[in-house]
Amino acid sequence: MPPTVTLAIARYRPEEESEPSVQNYEVPFRKDWVVLDALNYIKDKLDGSLSFRWSCRMGVCGSCGMTVNGQPRLTCASFLSAEPAGPIRVEPLRYFPVVRDLVVDITDFMKKLKQVKPWIVRGEEKPLAEGEYRQTPDQLDAFKQFSMCINCLLCYSACPIYGLEPTFIGPAAIALAQRYNQDSRDEGSSERLEILSHHDGMWQCTFVGECTQVCPKHVDPAGAIQQYKLTSAAHWFKTLLPWGTR
Amino acid sequence: MSADVRYTPYHPRWYRRRVSVWWWLESRSYTGFVLRELTSVFVAFFAVLLLWQIRALGHGPEAYARVLARLRSPLFVTLNALALAFVLFHSITWFNLAPKAMVVRLKGKRVPDLLVAGANYAAWVVLSAAVAAILLRG
Repeated sequence: MPPTVTLAIARYRPEEESEPSVQNYEVPFRKDWVVLDALNYIKDKLDGSLSFRWSCRMGVCGSCGMTVNGQPRLTCASFLSAEPAGPIRVEPLRYFPVVRDLVVDITDFMKKLKQVKPWIVRGEEKPLAEGEYRQTPDQLDAFKQFSMCINCLLCYSACPIYGLEPTFIGPAAIALAQRYNQDSRDEGSSERLEILSHHDGMWQCTFVGECTQVCPKHVDPAGAIQQYKLTSAAHWFKTLLPWGTR
Repeated sequence: MSADVRYTPYHPRWYRRRVSVWWWLESRSYTGFVLRELTSVFVAFFAVLLLWQIRALGHGPEAYARVLARLRSPLFVTLNALALAFVLFHSITWFNLAPKAMVVRLKGKRVPDLLVAGANYAAWVVLSAAVAAILLRG
């Protein structure tokens, strides 16, 4: 008999049940399989009613984030062979409302993301004839790390503050705000500061640091938030000085 | 597409899991975080203790001696040892945080985290040594 592994999957079928339940599936154990491969095997061969999101299978699209053995992870990057013995628990991302099975609703994040203006804000656009906005490698280096975010929301799912205070704007949104603030072409940092120094902004963060731990793209949202706090505090001190800018 | 498509902004059948009051026991890092937050109480404890001593000092040498005698009681020794452990934890986590919050660039390159934290630790050691020197000399 070829080796198998059990997946204990959280099911939630709103038309049938009011609370999630756990269903076990036995799938072939293959060394080159990730949890997402096992889920696709279940969907294809065992139970077509299982719902989950996925797309690229290579850690780029950010759709297959789930809670694997209690940790927020990309299922396309979680090898079956790397999991401890026993059933592998697969649950939807924490702190988001579950729509069905492993599918969560991320409308809340989409709204918050838009609030921080994650695009280049210019006071005045340069005329096309003047050519492109140039950047040195050092200027690129200042924000590149934060631009790697794939909006997979593992960081929200790892953040107990977001779980307890759902109005908190959250790690990825702040990291992306920082991505544009640090961009030499951008002029929108004061607009973003207004949103992020608000009650639900960066000051909600108490630096648990788990967002950085779970980030599959090494964005370091926790670092982004702490840097932002420092900028904000420095800005506030400047407004106190008689010659400071208000 | 038919004209009567309706999108539901709110789904009454969404399942929302409530966060347990014991969430901070779910993982070691959460527990570590809550303990770190708790260190603020002990930092405040030391501050109050210092104020109490200063107040006694103002009331003359006898009052100060009484306070010192009280501080030697097992209760205060235990409390102080516990507070010291928490304050050390507070300081170490704070210094480790420094490179996260402060991005220092030299000639366009980011100074490694270890160096930023190291500078903080070095300043801590130097200041502590200076304080110890003043206290031990007197």
